[in-house]
Parts: sequence; structure tokens; C-alpha cells
Amino acid sequence: MSDNFDALAALWPRFLDGIVATLQLTVGGSVLAFVLAAALGIAARQDNLLVRGGARVVIEFFRGTSLLVQLFWFFYVLPLFFPGLFENREVAGLVAGIVGLGLNYGAYGAEVVRGALNSVPRGQYEASVALSLSPTRRLFRIIWPQAWAIMIPSLSNLGIMLLKGTAVASVIYMQDITFVGGVLRQRTNDTFFSYGVTMVMYFLIAYLLVLVANAAEARAKRRVGIEVPARSLFRPRAARTQGVSA
Amino acid sequence: MTGLLDRFDEIWNWDYAAAALPQLLEAFLRVTLLATVLGSVIAAVLGLVVAFVRRSAPAFVAKPVHWVMEFVRMTPIVVQLLFVYYAFTSWDPLWIGIGVLGLHYATYMAEVYRSGIDNVPKGQWEAATALSLPRKRTWTRIVIPQALRTTVPALGTWVISMFKDTPFLFVITVPELVNAAQNVGSRTFSYVEAFTLAGLIFLAASYPTSILVRKLENRLARY
Amino acid sequence: MPATDSTPAIRFENVVKRFGDNTVLDDLNFSVAKGERVTLIGPSGSGKTTILRLVMTLEELTDGYIYIDGEPFTYERRGDRRVRQKQKDINRVSTKIGMVFQQFNLFPNMTVLENIVEAPIHVLGQSREQAHERAHELLALVGLSDKADAHPTRLSGGQQQRVAIARALAMDPEILLLDEVTSALDPELVGEVLQVLRGIAENTDITMLIVTHEMQFAQEVSDRVMMFDRGRVIEDAPPRDLFSDPQQERTRAFLQAVL
Repeated sequence: MSDNFDALAALWPRFLDGIVATLQLTVGGSVLAFVLAAALGIAARQDNLLVRGGARVVIEFFRGTSLLVQLFWFFYVLPLFFPGLFENREVAGLVAGIVGLGLNYGAYGAEVVRGALNSVPRGQYEASVALSLSPTRRLFRIIWPQAWAIMIPSLSNLGIMLLKGTAVASVIYMQDITFVGGVLRQRTNDTFFSYGVTMVMYFLIAYLLVLVANAAEARAKRRVGIEVPARSLFRPRAARTQGVSA
Repeated sequence: MTGLLDRFDEIWNWDYAAAALPQLLEAFLRVTLLATVLGSVIAAVLGLVVAFVRRSAPAFVAKPVHWVMEFVRMTPIVVQLLFVYYAFTSWDPLWIGIGVLGLHYATYMAEVYRSGIDNVPKGQWEAATALSLPRKRTWTRIVIPQALRTTVPALGTWVISMFKDTPFLFVITVPELVNAAQNVGSRTFSYVEAFTLAGLIFLAASYPTSILVRKLENRLARY
Repeated sequence: MPATDSTPAIRFENVVKRFGDNTVLDDLNFSVAKGERVTLIGPSGSGKTTILRLVMTLEELTDGYIYIDGEPFTYERRGDRRVRQKQKDINRVSTKIGMVFQQFNLFPNMTVLENIVEAPIHVLGQSREQAHERAHELLALVGLSDKADAHPTRLSGGQQQRVAIARALAMDPEILLLDEVTSALDPELVGEVLQVLRGIAENTDITMLIVTHEMQFAQEVSDRVMMFDRGRVIEDAPPRDLFSDPQQERTRAFLQAVL
């Protein structure tokens, strides 16, 4: 047993690098995904048919294809279009990973954003029209802040799925947590220990994400006048049944 | 952008694409679809069991089950696959894949069942009590039919999601669609055609299905 | 209180409004003079709220024309065609129109004060100081000076509605539309809101178009009462005449049921 921990200790620096790699993919992918989700979600509600249709095509395309296919596609195909951009495999992996994760989960996020914007009570929209607020002002100052509180739980669930998605990054040559977990397994020959440790690491990061999301949701709800009980801040939000593929 | 269009023929080779297609389709039908169907069945059944335990079992059973499922839900499928693959080296990778997918998605299905039942309005339960209906009848004739309205479409969308996660089986050498694409690509040294076709196959299968699920949802929601 | 200028504030000309197969307003014609207070009464579904919503551009005209201050609004004649106006032109006129809703519709992510100054600053281009000063005046008018920094969800229904009225007045509207503004309130809170509205009627020249079930209030404040049924005006008379001696059978039946 202590051999296992010795191996773990020896590999710890590489685990740290792996955590950094995973976090790079997770944070980078999440930021891109969020920006896309917001842009596409808003676009999908516009009256203009071109804008709405275009958003719909992008959303359905990236939701309909598999993450791994997208990652491979970006990894092998992007360098053909932008040859100068990829000096080495690690950079290529990171860029392909962030782009693939961002596009894939951004498309799912767009549905969450659209649904949340739609569930703001219609009276808010009507009061804004009655006051002659411009559509931009209406969206940014009235509708979005109220939708934000609604969309956080679903977005955080997508964030956890994105985190889980980064585990495939080892096939595009990223030395992330899963990769180092494999190295540990080879050194210790103990599958339970090495992949157990790996899973615990992912779980801790995911739980951290949940805590951050719950805090953000509590703050957003307070801004809209809803009080949130303190104990619920530590509980993972239930996986929204229709949040992902519907 | 015009530079890209000019280079299209440099990048894309129709012969490679044509040669790749049969192998990709075979992998798709023999492995990917099979894994999806069987995995979904396992997930649906196991999810039902878990939902029932969490709702009706005593706390000292229900709570640990809940936290185990949360742990499974919040850790990557890939790591779970590798874990089982290396721990039980004699098992067939395809069955490992089906089992892990089934377990992982059971966590989502359990939540769908729970949500479906909870969303039946409280008034329905109260009316059943007022009419002195026996518990079993309340469940089978009142609650479950109404719970199915939101449950079935949600299960449908998770099945589609599992379908798109089957490529994760790639990491334990299961010969599914993306694995086949990788093989084809490495033989011709040109990956573009293989992966593009693979992506299109996924799209062709999942997009119509998700439209069907949405139609089903609308039809069920009409009452 | 008829004004010196005889152009009507609002005029409906052959207005038709259909929702799918349902014709709610059918060839409606009426006008409201500047500074006049008109109450619309009638059973639900008779189209009274639809009229307010059409004026506030919350619904689109199916056919016919609306004139605000003598100018066509939202749709106009061009040659022999009926054409929708540019949004820019519509907005120029819609800032003169204000509306108070049955459900108050205050913005929950802002304080009371922020609710009131939002549109004056960002639509009318007032400075923050100007808007804040006016907001405090209006809060005093509706009796809620101490609630400027309060959160709307902490206020009672009556207080929220009074804030909503202040918010609408902050835009200095020429026309004020009131859509069943007391129907969602607990009975003991209705009075405070009606009192504010009475004050507006007595102390300003704002044209008011009111949909309400409060018949006593209608009688006190209105210059005219219009009885609606199935999208048509059945009777149109000063309150004293309509309430004491209704000419139409339908009006009589309605008033008997309601009063």
C-alpha cells in the first residue's frame, strides 16, 4: 500500500501539470462555450429569420455530432487551414480541445440560455415596451439579469459535463489528469488505486465548480429578491432532465 | 476565405471518402448502435431501481446510494471505462463499454424518473386520497401515466446523448465509429474525409431522432 | 375636461383585431379627446384590454387605423396601400403613452428608485440628477417617499402598484392607460391606489383610458363611460347617465350583475 503512495508522491509534479492541463481545457472551453451560448441563445430568439435560422443551424450541427469526432476533426483539420498556428502537438491539442469543447457545449448552452430567456415572465417584456425601452436595453438591463438566475444550475451541469469531456483530451496528446493516471497505473500496477485517485481528483474539481455555481446562483437570486437557504449551497443541483439534448 | 475554397481539392479526396464509407457504416451499425441500445436499456432499468431506492428505501440505504450515484455522475466516463478495463482485463471491451455507459447514464435516468414523479401536481395525489383509491391503483392509473409525459421525452434525449458518447469507448479499443475513422485515416494519412464522414453519420442519425423526440414531447404535452 | 385643441388624443378608425379565428374587435370606431377620462366596462373577452394593448403597441392591428394626436400610429396610408411605420417613428410617439398593468410588472432586479428612473434616463435622455429629482417628487405624490431604496418584492401589492404608477408618470406621458390596475390587489389595498389615480385625474391634463371593475371609481373620475360587448361599443355616455339610466338591455344586465 505504501508503494502506491510512494509512486503517487513521485508522480505528484506530473499530476500537478496534468491538473493544469485539465483546468486549461476546462476554463478555456467553458469561457468559449459561455460566450457562444449567450450569442447563439440570444440569436435564436430574434425575429429576423436569417439570424434565427443561422443560429439554429449552428446549434443543431454541434449538438448533433459527437464531441470526440469534433475534437479529432479540429485536431487534424484545423492545422490544414491554419498551418502557421500549430507549432507543436501540445499547442494543437490545447487549441483543438478548447475549440471543440467550446463549440460543442456552447451549442447545448444556447438551448439553456434560450429557455431561460423565454421563461422570464412576459409582463417584464410588456412593462419594458410600455416604457419605450430600446430592445438592447430591455435585454441587458431587464430580461437577462432575471434569466441569469434561472440558467445557472443548467449551465453548471453543462460545465461538469465539459470537465468530464476533457478526459478524452489524452487522445489528442494532452497530458491531462487522465493521462497521468494512466502513468500511475503502469507504475503501481494497481488499477483501483490509480484510477481511483484520478476519479477523486475530477470529483473534487467538479464539486468545487458546483460550490461556485451555487454561490453565483444565490447571489443572482438575491438580486432578484429571492432568498436562498444556506444549506442548499453545498448540495449539487440535480441534473436538469431536459437541459442537455432537448 | 476564398483561399480555403481553392485549397478544397488539395484537402479533400473523394476517392478516400468513398473508400472509407463502407467501413464506417459497418462500425456504426455493428458496434455504435448496439452499444447505444443495450446501454440505454441498462440505464433505464438501473435508473428506475435507483430512483425507487432513493425515494422509498430507509435513509441509511438511500443516502449512500445517492452519494455513490453523484460520484459516478461527476466523474468522467473515460476514467470509469479505463478503470474497469484495466481492473478486469479478461472482460470483452464492448461489454465493459456498455456496462459503464449504462451505469453512468443510470444516474441521469434516475433523476428523470424522480423529476417526472415529483412534477405530477400534488392535487392529483390529494384527489386520489379523497376518492379512497388504493396506493397501487393511484400509482398505475394516475401518477405514472402523467409522469410518463415528461419522462419519456427526457429519456429520449439522454439516449441520444449516450449515442454521442459511444466514441469514448475508443479509449478501451472498442471498434466503434470513431475508432474506425482513425484506422481509415491512418492508413491513407488523410484524416479529413474519415472524420468528416463520421461526423456526418452522427448528425444524420441524431438530428432526425431529436426532432422525433421533440414531436413526441409536444404530442404528450397536449393534455 | 375638454381641452381647447379639438384634435382627439386617440382615434380608432375601422379597427379590426383578430387572434387566429377569433375576431376580438370588429370595425371599431371611437375617439378620446385630449384630457378626457374614459372608462371602458364590459364582460371579459369583450375586447377592452385589447384596445389598451393596441394603443401601447403590445398587439398589432389586423386592419384599420389608430390616430394619436391626429397622426396615424403604427400603420398609415401610403397611396392606396396600408403600410407599417418605421419602428423609429413609432417609438417617437409611444414615449408619450404610458401604461400601468394589472400585475404591476416592476423590475425585480432594481430598487424602487431605479425602476422609476430607468426609462427617463435611457429613453428620454434625462440626466441622473434630473431623473432622481423627478422620481422623488413622484414618490412623494404617491405617498412612498421612504421606499426609494426598497426592493419591489418587499412591498405590498398596493405599494407596488403605486410605484408602477410613479414609474409610468416619470415619462411625462400625454396618455395614460390603466389596465384593471386594482384587480390583483387585496380589497383593503385598493383604496390607496384609487386615491392616487383620483389625484392624477384632478391635478393633471393627462388623457386617461381606464379598464376597471371599480364602478364607483369610474363614476367619480370619468367624463365618459363606454360599455363593450363582443368587440363593439354598445353604449357611450357620461357616467351619471349610463349608470342611472342605461339605454341598452345588455348594459342593464351587466350593471345589475356587477353592482
